[in-house]
Amino acid sequence: MPNKTIQVDLLARVEGEGAFKVVVENGRVTGTEFRIFEPPRFFEAFLRGRQYSEAPDITARICGICPVAYQMSSVHAIEAAFGVNVDDRIRTLRRLLYCGEWIESHVLHVAMLHAPDFLGFEGAFDMAAAGHDAAVKMALELKKAGNEIVSVLGGREVHPINVRVGGFYKAPAKRDFAHLRESLLRARDLAERFVDWTASFDFPDKERDYTFVSLRHPNEYPMNNGQIVSNRGLNIAASQFNDHFREEHVAHSNALQGFMTDGSAYLCGPLARYNLNRHLLSERALAAAKRAGLQETCLNPFKSIIVRAVETLYAVDEALRIIDGYEEPDAAYAEVVPRDAVGMAATEAPRGLLFHRYRLTADGAIAEAQIVPPTSQNQPTIEADLASFIGDLLDRPEDEIRHLCEQTIRNYDPCISCATHFLKLDIVRT
Amino acid sequence: MAGKKPRVGVFKFSSCDGCQLSLLDCEDELLAVAGAIDIAYFPEATRADDVGHYDLALVEGSVTTPHEAKAIQSIRERATSLITIGACATSGGIQALKNMADVKAYTAIVYARPEFIVTLDTATPISDHVKVDFELRGCPISKHQLIELISAYVAGRKPQTPPHSTCIECKLAGHVCVMVSKGVACLGPVTHAGCGALCPGYNRGCYGCFGPKETPNTASLSGQLSENGASAGTIHRLFSTFNVNAPAFRAEAKAHAE
Repeated sequence: MPNKTIQVDLLARVEGEGAFKVVVENGRVTGTEFRIFEPPRFFEAFLRGRQYSEAPDITARICGICPVAYQMSSVHAIEAAFGVNVDDRIRTLRRLLYCGEWIESHVLHVAMLHAPDFLGFEGAFDMAAAGHDAAVKMALELKKAGNEIVSVLGGREVHPINVRVGGFYKAPAKRDFAHLRESLLRARDLAERFVDWTASFDFPDKERDYTFVSLRHPNEYPMNNGQIVSNRGLNIAASQFNDHFREEHVAHSNALQGFMTDGSAYLCGPLARYNLNRHLLSERALAAAKRAGLQETCLNPFKSIIVRAVETLYAVDEALRIIDGYEEPDAAYAEVVPRDAVGMAATEAPRGLLFHRYRLTADGAIAEAQIVPPTSQNQPTIEADLASFIGDLLDRPEDEIRHLCEQTIRNYDPCISCATHFLKLDIVRT
Repeated sequence: MAGKKPRVGVFKFSSCDGCQLSLLDCEDELLAVAGAIDIAYFPEATRADDVGHYDLALVEGSVTTPHEAKAIQSIRERATSLITIGACATSGGIQALKNMADVKAYTAIVYARPEFIVTLDTATPISDHVKVDFELRGCPISKHQLIELISAYVAGRKPQTPPHSTCIECKLAGHVCVMVSKGVACLGPVTHAGCGALCPGYNRGCYGCFGPKETPNTASLSGQLSENGASAGTIHRLFSTFNVNAPAFRAEAKAHAE
């Protein structure tokens, strides 16, 4: 096989700046590096000395795509430290807010960032111009319903202002949901079609035997609460996270990489949630999953695009259920009394498990913060996927290899702003 | 250039992606906007190389690495009009907190192998590096203001983004003043309008996402905050968030350093 170099200077359609490098020696893939060039922003450092009450607003700024996830993990971790009990109605409102973020984030990724890979376009704009405008319009309206949840409950779509430790600054009145309910009813039909649309794509025939990690709750599809579980028997509280997972700093990335403590890679995100919690989907979402041909366990990461659509439908369904059963809480938030303590929590960001740990002092100051975003955790698995999937393609045209590499990386909806961000594909052959 | 669509590039520096996402969040207007301009470069949304000249460059994020300091020069040289979107690009963003800190110590807190990290000691606004033709405020920007900005650009007029205070928007919205009625600390009197006074509408004080208004009297506000019981540390932190490097906020934060 001739020696050659394939390079893409900036991987498009991801949130952030990343790069990729494949080393091919004598026709075999001998190394893969998923590189994150997103400039470091040092959140864990400047959280030190801030008040606990500032954590939801500050950590939201890590990512404009999934700020709710940061707000949720931070408030749960701080409440765990201070022993705050939150009213069940507040807990349900948080779940509603998360539904909104899952919808807007998943639809953005599925329709605007990932679908062009399957349909052979550069992006959603040329995809719309080439006859897929109905699909793009459907996605935009669906996404808008997700954003409407976040803006009604959170104040605005990006960096919502209504989340505080203990609950919300202001709890909505039932009537505030009237217009939203209509939007969600329309969105539910759109979401059904959205699932069918993704199921109509052609999928590369690629599977791997992954370790899946997600939250699991006894009676709801996981968002804010639950044990951290895996398909290999892991079952721990979020407070044990650091006993079972570790982060490593490698030279090629500005993001730390997550591993199990035995050094193995794992996968978090929609595919893991689905495989570990399928039985907790709503009837409608489960029916759509079956119609889309998803088996009980899905090992093909390219089909994560269908799983995202199924989770979108689930989130619309769940949001409607919450709104229909909504009762205004007696107080918008629980009182919080600081103390010297450590608190940890994990919630399910659209892209997967998001772990926060805070050491706090009795005057309410943050002494230490640790944040482990899903894209950091998925980096080693992305590298392994690339090594595995392109091995039998090395004699194909470079464009085709490059395309499959990009598509493989986008299976994870990598949020490089979160993990820190810049995708550059670099295949070195010697 | 009559009849020819303006060629637009959307560029990202150190940021959270939220401001450029606001463009994709314009669900009702997005396809119309995409039809009125030629989105030639927007890596978050589409695969296309950064080549050639732009009629309009929209820039998100602040300059925090040597690579970014170089990149912004090249964009400026190739753009007729350069507009910054959001607090990071117009003032440095929350990452400008490192300007007041020891960056080596920061790196050691976050990264096990600090020698792998290349970063400047400061996070600075785009206008510290090149001429900026217009600045859109906010952390994040308002998508309504973004649509206004693009419409104004296409029509060849100045965008309507009033530089008065959030306090004025709050009065127009008919909210009860949270500072007067509840003693809640609020930056509304010194913060640039644009969000529609969201926070007071949700029973909380403004925390300054849009940065300083024109000619803000920050010292007077601090006096009132202090009278209401806020400690120097609290006032310092209030001015030390997403626009900490905007001169008026930076000076006021410094005046109350613990």
